[in-house]
Amino acid sequence: MEIIQQILFVVALGATGWYIAKRVRLIAQAIKLGRPENRYDHPDERLKTMLLVAFGQKKMFTNLLVGIMHFVIYAGFLIVNLEVLEIILDGILGTHRLFAPYITPIYPILIDVFELLAVGVLTVCVIFLCRRFIAKVPRFQQERHREMTRWPRTDAAIILTAEILLMIAFLTWNASDSVLRDRGVGHYAELKGIVPDFLISQFLKPLFSGFSDTGLIVYERTAWWLHILGILSFAIYVTYSKHLHIALGFPNVYFSDLQPKGEMQNMPEITKEVQLALGLPVTTEADGSQANDNGDQPPAEIGRFGAKDVQDLKWINLMNAYSCTECGRCTSACPANITGKKLSPRKIMMDTRDRLEEIQDGWKTNGFDYKDDKSLLNDYITAEELNACTTCQACVNACPININPLDIILQLRRYRVMEESDAPASWNAMFSNIENNMAPWKFSPSDRFNWADQVND
Amino acid sequence: MSTTEKTYKVPTMADMAASGEEPEILFWVGCAGSFDDRYKRVTIAFVRILNHVGIKFAVLGPEEACTGDPARRAGNEFLFQMQAMSNIQVLNGYNVKKIVTACPHCFNTLKNEYPELGGNYEVIHHSQFLQGLINEGRVKVKDGQPFKGRRITFHDSCYLGRANKVYEAPRDVLAALDADLVEMKRVRANGLCCGAGGGQYFKEPEPGKKDVNVERVEEALSTGADTIAVACPFCMTMMSDGVKNKNREDSVRVFDISELIAQGQGL
Ligand code: SF4
Ligand code: SF4
Repeated sequence: MEIIQQILFVVALGATGWYIAKRVRLIAQAIKLGRPENRYDHPDERLKTMLLVAFGQKKMFTNLLVGIMHFVIYAGFLIVNLEVLEIILDGILGTHRLFAPYITPIYPILIDVFELLAVGVLTVCVIFLCRRFIAKVPRFQQERHREMTRWPRTDAAIILTAEILLMIAFLTWNASDSVLRDRGVGHYAELKGIVPDFLISQFLKPLFSGFSDTGLIVYERTAWWLHILGILSFAIYVTYSKHLHIALGFPNVYFSDLQPKGEMQNMPEITKEVQLALGLPVTTEADGSQANDNGDQPPAEIGRFGAKDVQDLKWINLMNAYSCTECGRCTSACPANITGKKLSPRKIMMDTRDRLEEIQDGWKTNGFDYKDDKSLLNDYITAEELNACTTCQACVNACPININPLDIILQLRRYRVMEESDAPASWNAMFSNIENNMAPWKFSPSDRFNWADQVND
Repeated sequence: MSTTEKTYKVPTMADMAASGEEPEILFWVGCAGSFDDRYKRVTIAFVRILNHVGIKFAVLGPEEACTGDPARRAGNEFLFQMQAMSNIQVLNGYNVKKIVTACPHCFNTLKNEYPELGGNYEVIHHSQFLQGLINEGRVKVKDGQPFKGRRITFHDSCYLGRANKVYEAPRDVLAALDADLVEMKRVRANGLCCGAGGGQYFKEPEPGKKDVNVERVEEALSTGADTIAVACPFCMTMMSDGVKNKNREDSVRVFDISELIAQGQGL
């Protein structure tokens, strides 16, 4: 009987590992679709940012209460993993509380901490569910945000409920286990004197006082299995969900932009053209490297100007898309969205991920060179959304994991303007004014200094 | 103008070069500062302050051209780089080292985006420059000035604040006025855009519930301030239009921080 459980457990663990590895490879493949970009510079600064923003959750604390609540779930997640390690080893080896005899004095303290965190996580998840579905925090409501369709909202509900169930399983498992130990049933008796009652689950013991010994064993086993199978399914589910941020949040912050928020990235391939047009010495190759005059290298291939689809974006934009939590903090800060325009930076991120997942689905049926005739621009993100952006960087500032929705918007704008010549008419007028009059308005450049006549008035 | 009054001078780089001189700073006026009737008054106020404190400065005058910021943000990278590289040629030709500008968009572009194209300068926003003058005691607002007890609120410009983290300089400048500085709900890193950046100024807004500047002005008015201080030409226009939209132009005025300082000094 024991050995069957062990075999089943190893099979479940192996299957989960195999499936997750497959998912990770697929997601990595999708991120690699993006254009190369070096984000390995300034490792010290990057590490510091990651420690502060990802580990330290710095930006979550802009709203203190929500920050604390999120921190409870986050700490619970990090630390309960220790307990999961024991559970996994027990599952493989057929042992029971493997670590207990070896670390006798601190074992109960550890479990007490886990239990406290479990109660914390449980409480916070209930509050979060209430915030979403009863108090109706505006940024999660479909009536206000069209990207909050059924799936993102269900996704959130599934995860929160799953966490609540996992915590209940964990606490009642400890309680039933303690009762079995007290009664000295089978191998449970071995921990008598080593493991005491735990901080929270001791109060749940009365729930089990009416159970027969067999009933108790059945409950204990079921709760144990539910807890660990729940965790394994959760791990798989996360790769499909907005909760991928619990893993990708860390690298995502590590590789985030270091330059000032207002700086728009240069296009070296254009620098070369402009230098030629102005009769200046050419200093950059299209790939951004210094020009060499040897002429022995073929010119780098110039792709599209700007981005039409996910392949034209940088890999970091794509990693951003997989990391997005869909929390909508960007959108609640966006002046365009606040005043009722169609633009929502959260939607930009969700669209990018949806488009990537559409391509992934294509890969599954047709292999990696699958192509379709859709694109991120137009099929997902419209000109109306793009044109509404004031480039104010509020979204970039608001994102708790340093995602940059603005970067994607600007690259799509470049494509529309430079490849499709499809700017709004008044922008075209502005362009030609700058070109002809050196100012965005139709004034004669020779009048530029006229203001000086009035300094002594 | 009577002869006993001080006359303000605006030397150009070309004048300076012709007489073999080099100014301490180049004042980058910007397109709005050169052509927009309302914003020309800000340019003039700032030039008067520069004269008043006796700083050796110069402007490019007719040799200045748009930095290319609106073109770049609207997506026209070609046009941006054409502008940038011609400007850099002019600036490097005059051996410019230090630039002051009143426009946060020019400030951001010159400071952050020109270096990659070969233009390396120390770039300062006029709020930082004024802050320096105040700290050094070179600019003092006279006692008993009209600002005493007046409620002023400051609107953060995205390209000064979030883009470059300059939040305190304009506030320090306003503090020197001895006025009653009141903050809006969304300020500093959380400040709400005026609605003009990213090329929006040059086209109609997309359809929505209301215009961004109206939303922002409502917030400014709810502080009870009678003066909205700005530090950006686009914010200036957007806030002024918003005040008009709310029919409050008789009771609420929009000023650039340099105008307030110039007024405080009787310039
Ligand atoms: S940068 Fe654009 S998308 Fe981001 S908050 Fe500002 S207007 Fe919205
Ligand atoms: S981009 Fe950042 S702020 Fe916006 S929804 Fe995603 S995680 Fe939240």
